[in-house]
Amino acid sequence: MQRIGVFVCHCGTNIAATVDVKKVCEVLKDEPGVVYTQDYQYMCSESGQNLIKDAIKEHNLTGVVVCSCSPRMHEATFRKAVQSVGLNPYMLEVANIREQCSWIHKNVEEATEKAVILGRAAIAKVHLNAPLVAGQTPVTKRALVIGGGIAGIQCALDIADAGYQVDIVEKEPTVGGKMTKIDKTFPTLDCSSCILTPKMVDVAQNENIKIYSYSEVESVKGFVGNFTVGIKRKARYVKEDICTGCGLCTEKCPQKKVPNDYNLGLDTKRAIYIPFAQAVPKVATIDPNYCTMMKTGKCGICSKVCSAGAIDYTQKDEIIEEQYGAIVVATGYNPIKLDAYEEFGYSQSPDVVTSLEFERLMSASGPNGGHLVRPSDHKEPKTIVFIQCVGSRSTTECGKPYCSKICCMYTCKHAMLCREKYPDTEVYVFYIDVRTPGKNYDEFFRRAVEEYNVHYIKGMVGKVAPSGDKLKVQASDLLNNEQLHIDADMVVLAAAIEADKSARPLATLLTASMDTNDFFTEAHAKLRPVESPTAGVFLAGCAQGPKDIPETVTQAGACASKVIGLLAKDHLVGNPCVAHPDEMMCNGCSTCANVCPYGAITYENKDFSRRKDGSMMRRVAQVNPAVCQGCGCCTVACPSGAMDLYGFSTKQIMAEVDAICK
Amino acid sequence: MQEAMIAKAKELLANGSVSRVIGWKKGEFSYDISPAVFETAEQIDADFVYDFFCAANVSKYLMKESRKEGKTLAFLKPCDSYSFAQLLKEHRIDREKVYVVGIECYGKADINKIREKGIDGVLGIKEDGTNFVIDSLYGDATVAKMDVYAERCLNCKSKKHIDVDEMLGEEGDVLDSKRFDEVAKLEAMTPDERYEFWRGELSRCIRCNACRNVCPACTCENCVFDNPNSDINNKAAATSFEENMYHIIRAFHVAGRCTDCGECSRVCPQNIPIHLLNRKFIKDINELYGEYQAGANPEERYPLVNFTFGDCEPSIVHKRGGNQ
Repeated sequence: MQRIGVFVCHCGTNIAATVDVKKVCEVLKDEPGVVYTQDYQYMCSESGQNLIKDAIKEHNLTGVVVCSCSPRMHEATFRKAVQSVGLNPYMLEVANIREQCSWIHKNVEEATEKAVILGRAAIAKVHLNAPLVAGQTPVTKRALVIGGGIAGIQCALDIADAGYQVDIVEKEPTVGGKMTKIDKTFPTLDCSSCILTPKMVDVAQNENIKIYSYSEVESVKGFVGNFTVGIKRKARYVKEDICTGCGLCTEKCPQKKVPNDYNLGLDTKRAIYIPFAQAVPKVATIDPNYCTMMKTGKCGICSKVCSAGAIDYTQKDEIIEEQYGAIVVATGYNPIKLDAYEEFGYSQSPDVVTSLEFERLMSASGPNGGHLVRPSDHKEPKTIVFIQCVGSRSTTECGKPYCSKICCMYTCKHAMLCREKYPDTEVYVFYIDVRTPGKNYDEFFRRAVEEYNVHYIKGMVGKVAPSGDKLKVQASDLLNNEQLHIDADMVVLAAAIEADKSARPLATLLTASMDTNDFFTEAHAKLRPVESPTAGVFLAGCAQGPKDIPETVTQAGACASKVIGLLAKDHLVGNPCVAHPDEMMCNGCSTCANVCPYGAITYENKDFSRRKDGSMMRRVAQVNPAVCQGCGCCTVACPSGAMDLYGFSTKQIMAEVDAICK
Repeated sequence: MQEAMIAKAKELLANGSVSRVIGWKKGEFSYDISPAVFETAEQIDADFVYDFFCAANVSKYLMKESRKEGKTLAFLKPCDSYSFAQLLKEHRIDREKVYVVGIECYGKADINKIREKGIDGVLGIKEDGTNFVIDSLYGDATVAKMDVYAERCLNCKSKKHIDVDEMLGEEGDVLDSKRFDEVAKLEAMTPDERYEFWRGELSRCIRCNACRNVCPACTCENCVFDNPNSDINNKAAATSFEENMYHIIRAFHVAGRCTDCGECSRVCPQNIPIHLLNRKFIKDINELYGEYQAGANPEERYPLVNFTFGDCEPSIVHKRGGNQ
């Protein structure tokens, strides 16, 4: 029989206000095996821990139950405490009477009853606990950064600077991400390319960084410190190591009608292309959907003009496997599709554009070389209406409930730039609120209003109707309480931003959690903002939520420091709560290996010659304890119940269920 | 067919390519046929039989036979071959040690249905066009085949063989079976009606374990019902619900692996339609994870141990249960 001590925490009033802690102690005192109970204000405090340690020594406790907050908060604290006085740390169980009890109940009587039941379950489990010893696993000292935008670039550079190897996987043919499409950056109005391209060059030249461009993560196996990642290198039909990036092929290619995604389809490119002049790697890519050679087998001009002989129409997608210790998710964002916002006429007139398209129209590397003209007739617009919060802060199904955070500032930037470059242009901005927290942000906004005379109007636009060569904008001015009718030449929509579509399937591969908006969730919103709850997975940039460039860079740096902290370790202490098969029961049917997310299970033919009939050799499962993460999938999938989990055995779980249902 | 099979068996035994043959032999009664292993031509001549009562699925016996020295010749009907392929997938049979001869099957007779026609003292069965001619102690009787085919044969899912070395007779095709219609009837019931239906059916269970022992998906070294550590191994039912739990647990254990061979219901001495539980699982899997036939593709993972991005969320169970 175990000698169990039960320690009930008040957590100030967090628990004690809803749970009668004294009564919990009193009732649990009579449970079998319980020889000591104690309640205390803050069990996690040093004096609280000392109470536990002293009781272990004084009463020769063999097991400890702490009724307190979630084990995610303080299980490690209490394990260390019991270990310091010679008890095996796995002889401790935490009953969560805060998150799962006091915080969610109001009635003291009911909450107290539930706290007692949760305590009882933990006691029942401790009776079946056995001492466990953790093993160690080595750390692969290389990081993977998924996404090569500014977040991924900054993070990779910082990790590489610390002396660790980093691979960047970017799904586009070049790194750089959204920032390459942006013209100027707020609040300083410096050129986006001018500040980004040096970093892109750094990434390309850094010995510790390897770029897998035009590639996607295909599979993820393993666990913190030991990930094995399958990377699909999509066929670009150009040999990356041979292509010199001279660009001759992109000039000679006769297929000129390929929508140019770098300019968001505002102009065209060739079927073989280099996205833009500063692309990294500067290598051509063939779009097989448009290439005449790929479609009909007749053409081959690019191959003829390529003096390096880099064109290879037979290239196939290739999957390579690499080992990593840490994974950074920096998959970024995209503006939402505007199909549901037909009132703004986005699909009816080419002169209604999104803000990102407007960036391209303003940019020197854009379709018009930076000369702002209407896409429809190439005339300079004289009246421009900006509409903010298109799909942001929306309670309807078509929009996003969150604030996209960057739109107020970039719209302000656009308005200011229009007035700066084309002073005879009238600029209206319709807003719900203008949100400008950030260093020098509000000053920037006030300059737009006060110095550049941008017309900021509080109110939403009801309708944009193309009429002749004008866009008739109907809007309400809430402050003056009047209806406005503006004949605009262009309308710019500040479309909400959303997580990239690749994020959701990636989260599944990584077993990393996401919120309902497909943004990755942090391990703790305030205290662990760049770590995913999945160990070894870190978050940078808009994959975690909307943010602007300064914030993204800050977060990417923070993320890098967490990755470096992990890679600096030679070993990680493993988890002793791993699966183990009962070989006498195992059929070798492979069900467990099929469900194992970590690839921890292999099979061995073993001799069981004691059995009187049939052959002596049997195929049985073997678990690699260094790879097993103790998720328990195999234990429930095994049809004969041959798999069990240390620390969470079927018998322990059933004992807990029995204690709860008693 | 029987002659051709006997010739084939003798030929392969004689030339040494197989050491034994697994087939069927008559029991005490002509309709009481069981799987049997033959090691000599003499044994084959004496006992080997293949007729319309040879319903038993011999694939499971290959687990044991394939562990012996030398190859085993197995005659597999289409539905047996699905079970065989599923057992291969689970590494329960050594494929190298088995020589599979696929045999045609156009349906097997159900002795209970024959008896219901008032025919007793059955001595033998022959076919005559669309009829069976049944030789009995009281003379010959003629019944329409469709009237006495086993339910699983009326709802045959496939005449095609999976993974055979050689065919005797014609290879068939996968059929457009109506087998899920019976399940749909159960689904149309209210939860209370369905509960009563199953309580009623399962109340007849005597826990003889025949369904488990015959089932080609029940191949555990040590069944949970025999394992003293599983807490559910007591044979005598402690409550009236326990025998029901036996069937429910078994249905869960074979879910996704059951090929719907129908052996469980065939061997049940209490005529419980156990196969309907399994077939309900198959129907659900088809509807929730896409069409899947266990055993049809030896390489494919079965949906319940596979993960795809399109998998349904667990809440689907609640939605489909019909219980508010």
